[in-house]
Amino acid sequence: MLPHDLKPEQFSGYPPEARRLVTNYIAVLQRLPLSFLPSLLRESIEYDYKFPAERGALERELANLSSLSAEQLQEWLQGFAQIHLSSALEKFDWINAPAQFVEQLSSYLWTTHQLDAFRAAALAYAGRLHAAVPPETPSAPRLGITVVGQGVASYQEPLFRKLRAHGAYYSQVNPVNGLHMLLDAVAARAKAHPAPYAHWYIDGGKQTECDTALTTVSYAALEPARAALLGKMRAEINRPGMGPEALRTRLAQLRPADLAFSTGDEVLDRFRVKMLTEGSGTQIFSTTFAQWTAREALRRAQPLTLLVRFAPRQRQKPMNELLAATLEPAELDPIGSLVDADMGAYYNWLNQQRLPGANQSSFLVWFEGHTRALVIGPATPRGTASTSPTTLPDLLTSVV
Amino acid sequence: MSPQFSATHQELARQLAWSRREFLRTGAAMALGSTLLRNPVALAGIPAKKRKVVVITFGGGARDQETFAPEGQENIPHLMRELIPQSTFFTQVVNRGILGHYVATASLATGVYETINNFASLPPEHPTVFEYFRKDLKRPSTDAWVVAPSNGFNRIGESNNRAYGPGFGASVILPKHLLTAAMSGRATDYEHLLRDNYETPLYAPSLGGNEFQLQQLQMMLKLSVDDFKAHALTLSSPDELSVYIARRLMRQLAPSLLWITMHDIDIAHAGAYSLYIEGIRRTDRLCAEMWKAIQSEPEYAGNTTLFILPDFGRDSDDDSGGNGFQHHRTGDALSRTTWMMALGPGIREGVVYDRPMQSTDLVPTLGSVLGFSPSFAQGKPIAELL
Repeated sequence: MLPHDLKPEQFSGYPPEARRLVTNYIAVLQRLPLSFLPSLLRESIEYDYKFPAERGALERELANLSSLSAEQLQEWLQGFAQIHLSSALEKFDWINAPAQFVEQLSSYLWTTHQLDAFRAAALAYAGRLHAAVPPETPSAPRLGITVVGQGVASYQEPLFRKLRAHGAYYSQVNPVNGLHMLLDAVAARAKAHPAPYAHWYIDGGKQTECDTALTTVSYAALEPARAALLGKMRAEINRPGMGPEALRTRLAQLRPADLAFSTGDEVLDRFRVKMLTEGSGTQIFSTTFAQWTAREALRRAQPLTLLVRFAPRQRQKPMNELLAATLEPAELDPIGSLVDADMGAYYNWLNQQRLPGANQSSFLVWFEGHTRALVIGPATPRGTASTSPTTLPDLLTSVV
Repeated sequence: MSPQFSATHQELARQLAWSRREFLRTGAAMALGSTLLRNPVALAGIPAKKRKVVVITFGGGARDQETFAPEGQENIPHLMRELIPQSTFFTQVVNRGILGHYVATASLATGVYETINNFASLPPEHPTVFEYFRKDLKRPSTDAWVVAPSNGFNRIGESNNRAYGPGFGASVILPKHLLTAAMSGRATDYEHLLRDNYETPLYAPSLGGNEFQLQQLQMMLKLSVDDFKAHALTLSSPDELSVYIARRLMRQLAPSLLWITMHDIDIAHAGAYSLYIEGIRRTDRLCAEMWKAIQSEPEYAGNTTLFILPDFGRDSDDDSGGNGFQHHRTGDALSRTTWMMALGPGIREGVVYDRPMQSTDLVPTLGSVLGFSPSFAQGKPIAELL
């Protein structure tokens, strides 16, 4: 089956809005190379469960492709057209299982040494798309906040080293009631710029009480789903013929209902469960969960406000303790978690800066319960340090 | 579906090239190799039969910024202060193959970019360095060994090539697998130690092929199962166990070709940066221990060349398609480019070579050092080491 053979009825297995979307654009889909099309279908089949920002981006991409002449389309996608595919890939049910196709395509590209060519084609396409259809600028400047170091009584090593060159470091910040002040600031932004899934609070531990206008994800709230997932993983691993790739495919197919998880918001529930089923290490370490969830929230929902609070993860036991087979529950590793979160804060800022409006975005990272913080904003002096007493609200005011 | 990039390929390559030229010169006072003549001493003074080679690879690459770049040098004090000043260092070892640990290690061992399934228990398709070594030089099976981290590597010792293959390969020891056998029947919590790849938590595939068995511990390594278990209880990681077994091999059998693959760094796939850094620091210490062992063992001192290299790098922070240090999935320049150091008699000390070379050049170089002909290998001998 090749793209030019596509017919509308072949999308009958798609959710209703996704089906409507792809059948509207079937004329252009028929003209796309097979090395490219399933990646687009992988996004389209999830359309009903996507955040508004993702929906808009996908609609604009399809509209743009549809507007190109045959010559333009050939020019835009020539790199993809030169990728040689196997007959097995051509015979694959890439219409109904585009994600699995892309997984197999990736493996095939590595094996046939075509990955670099595919990567070059993807970069060229992304560059053209970005120029032709610039991403929508945010309705207000973005603000990212990352809170690190929960549970750490004392830490003398330097913090925020990767961020210091980009902003101003403060060592005399009043920590009293800091988390609530930050959550209040996020809630105020949610009221000032109301939009669905625009203001997020992600917690790597137990969620602190916050305004209901915020979109929330917490590791603690997902504990039952995480336990159910680990049980399913163990069961799958013991099945005959199961391997890592098949396991990954199985996990990616799990839905909230499979893990008995439901809050009534299908879009958000799917997102939450994907953090566990598609993330690597998110099932084990809460710091990984918080960082990956922040990355995916930024990439997919493109929020105006994102507060991420890291919490202590379980300690990785050394080999001799594992061999000793003590039955003590896993203890926490606050210092290791702080190091994880420090790097996570850097990644949160990097991922925020990949979004439209980066030159107006601001960022604050704070060592929870302590006096160290760093801010980055359009007017913030870079690479500076201050020992003057200040407060978190004052720091936010200085950058937003 | 569109990947976004904050820096172009060219910019990244330029940054990488700059750092690769400068980082060691500033950190370890190394000289640039391009200004020096080729080494006139080489291994000429050592009889071919006495020459030995130890190769240490890291399954789970480490990036420059956590190792040899200025901000990473605090993580590798032993490499920086003890090993690099004694080594010839190559800053641009490029892996053009599949960036999966088993298949990449197989490629390092064959000198050909292998395309076998990274997660399956399969032998390399091309002859391995062990087969060239043993067949060409008529060496016994006790003269070539592999100590590898996990069950998936049990087929790394010999290929399915008809001209070589069964009977000419290396013996493979999987210390974690031995540990499983030794601890059988005990209610332990060491399940995660058996993970073959940190990309898929909890997963450990079944074994195939002929690997070293528990009962051979006593016979070949003069190590009782009880002593093995007791020693394992003093170690903090699987790589420490691998080095312990490697040192035992050196003491008891003194193989001329010993290949050790470490894996602790690959905990990075779990996304915890502090554990990734711990893995790098441990590997740094274990590499120094191996070099000390080489210098202190009479069979090895003065006639052994040590090669240390990661199998590849990890994804750049600048590539939005990846998630920084966590994986090696993008195929970007940083994930494909790593380094190599060589130490030993005839190796020029304190020299940096900044030219690009390929990871498949290792096997032809080993062929030149030990005197065999790797006829299927695609790489070229590294002239600066010969």
